[in-house]
Amino acid sequence: MRNIFLHLHPSNISESSLRFNRTFGLGGMAALLIVIQMITGILLRFYYIPSPAEAYNSIIFIKNQVLFGQFIRNIHYWSGVFLLLIAFLHFLRVFFTGAYRDSRSVNWIFGLILLLLIVFANFTGYLLPWDQLAYWAITVSTNIIGYLPVIGESLRDSIIGGKELNAGTLQTFFAFHTALFPFLLIAIVFYHFWRVRKAGGVLLPETQGKSKMVPVMPNLIFREFIVGLVLIASLLIFAALFNAPLLDKANPSYSMNPTKAPWYFAGVQELLIHFHPFFAAFIIPLSVMLFLAWIPFFKYNEPPNGHWFISGKGMESSKHTAVFSTVVTLAGILFNAYVLNFEMVMHGVPALISNGVIPLLILLLLMGSYYQFYLKGFRLSKAELVQAAFVFIMVAFILLSLTGIFFRGKDMELTFPWNV
Amino acid sequence: MKKTVQEIAERNTSDGINRRDFFGMAWKALGILAGLEASGMIISYFFSGKNKNTNPPKQLLEAGPANAFLPGSVTAFMGGRFYLARQQDGGFIALSLRCTHLGCSVSWEENKKRFICPCHSSAFDIRGEVLNPPAARALDYYPVLIENGVVKVDIGTLKERKTFRKEQLIYA
Ligand code: HEM
Ligand code: FES
Repeated sequence: MRNIFLHLHPSNISESSLRFNRTFGLGGMAALLIVIQMITGILLRFYYIPSPAEAYNSIIFIKNQVLFGQFIRNIHYWSGVFLLLIAFLHFLRVFFTGAYRDSRSVNWIFGLILLLLIVFANFTGYLLPWDQLAYWAITVSTNIIGYLPVIGESLRDSIIGGKELNAGTLQTFFAFHTALFPFLLIAIVFYHFWRVRKAGGVLLPETQGKSKMVPVMPNLIFREFIVGLVLIASLLIFAALFNAPLLDKANPSYSMNPTKAPWYFAGVQELLIHFHPFFAAFIIPLSVMLFLAWIPFFKYNEPPNGHWFISGKGMESSKHTAVFSTVVTLAGILFNAYVLNFEMVMHGVPALISNGVIPLLILLLLMGSYYQFYLKGFRLSKAELVQAAFVFIMVAFILLSLTGIFFRGKDMELTFPWNV
Repeated sequence: MKKTVQEIAERNTSDGINRRDFFGMAWKALGILAGLEASGMIISYFFSGKNKNTNPPKQLLEAGPANAFLPGSVTAFMGGRFYLARQQDGGFIALSLRCTHLGCSVSWEENKKRFICPCHSSAFDIRGEVLNPPAARALDYYPVLIENGVVKVDIGTLKERKTFRKEQLIYA
């Protein structure tokens, strides 16, 4: 055991990579949470039955009859949520310290794959309780796939094995959730760690002189141990205080109002309220994914310096862009909800144009003018410019998600969180 | 650089490919072939089991005698997952209860005379036609048969459509 741990580490590392605010220990936390998911998931599997008739009852059985059943289920639920949040923060950390280039570009790509895998691990798990929440959230999200051009319908039908969720869907999701995804996650996490070592450890800011090398044991191992303990403690407290949701057994004839996609898809669902599905579910997410995957491969002029936000200028321009993105996103949401609904106003114009091309052009125009008349004044380097674009996208994504999760109530109308 | 005797010998074969290169390439080709075969097998394994039941034979559900349904009435058949709607002119249509926006189940509001979707508030009239977006297509429907005055619905065949058309109504 001890050997396995030590093997994942080099024997000596640079002292400055131990500073907590270099990595915040986020990658390590994510790995620990994956282990916790495996353990609690395997425990749940001993009682869980993947069939529409039995799934819900087996969860009730776990909750009410099995010793610590509710607690184990809560840990699995919350650790899944924590895992996604922490992996996302890890992704932000890596980006904003510039550790995505050169020898690290492969790991950036595999990191994105891990992030996607964690999203889909969460998504496939979400269906398993087969309650009203699960049934309708998965119905709505899989139907979004149906709007993809050409292949959409058949892709959706083959994912859920029919037109509506059925026993086959549950079987498929169960296989993905408890076999394929865990296997891929473990394999890729190991590869990911190995690449970190190959790249010579985490990216460090260039400092005056070389920083001292110190042995991993005890310097790093002890710190990891402490972070791990704190994380486990917070997770257990959380799981003791808040139960994983479970509503009535799924009823295909009766939909919930509102029906929301799982929280990590709330951003896409919010986009769907404002844009034609072709743009909301396809063009926009695809462009964002391509941009993220392409980040390491732009031609940059100087090597990464390892400083947070690259430079003072980089930090300033990021802040301003965050404000700009906030204004555009919130104004867009409110404007579309209360002032002007393009589809309603432009009667007779195909929705693809009125509700897709036109709002998108307006958005691009706003972004273009912000760049032309404001951002250009900063005289940013290529890396700082990419950073500004990244900030714009992430801020918009986070605000869209928060709106969808906390500010959409009955009939998916805007309300305040206490009415949701 | 010094060449070994063997290397020189291999270079000198007539067509420029030496034996070691040949075996290297053969192994690669075999590897690729095996990989393709394995993926082909996995993919066909995956897809052949799915969708087996999307085109089942006619599954007729007897709804009842035609004259039991008043013109302008909507009757829910939750077991068959449809609403049997009779128009004012006496025509029948069996509307799927799946909203064409993102698949929630619509419910008939008798006093408003419309189907309302609780998820994002799309609305449809008694013919299944869209009254209120975000839904963009009329409700799907199942073929209706009337034999000896008895209404039967083929719940094995879901029909999709853009808008309502007169031919979709069946008369007793
Ligand atoms: C990255 C890894 C994983 C994530 C993010 C994850 C996430 C989730 C989520 C969100 C749920 C729904 C929880 C609920 O609503 O109660 C769930 C349920 C479930 N998971 Fe996982 N899981 C992971 C790994 C595993 C593994 C490795 C197994 C088993 C081998 C497993 C077995 C189960 C079972 C049986 C359920 C249904 C029980 C329940 O709903 O409480 N999971 N998972
Ligand atoms: S699913 Fe019916 S309005 Fe969205």
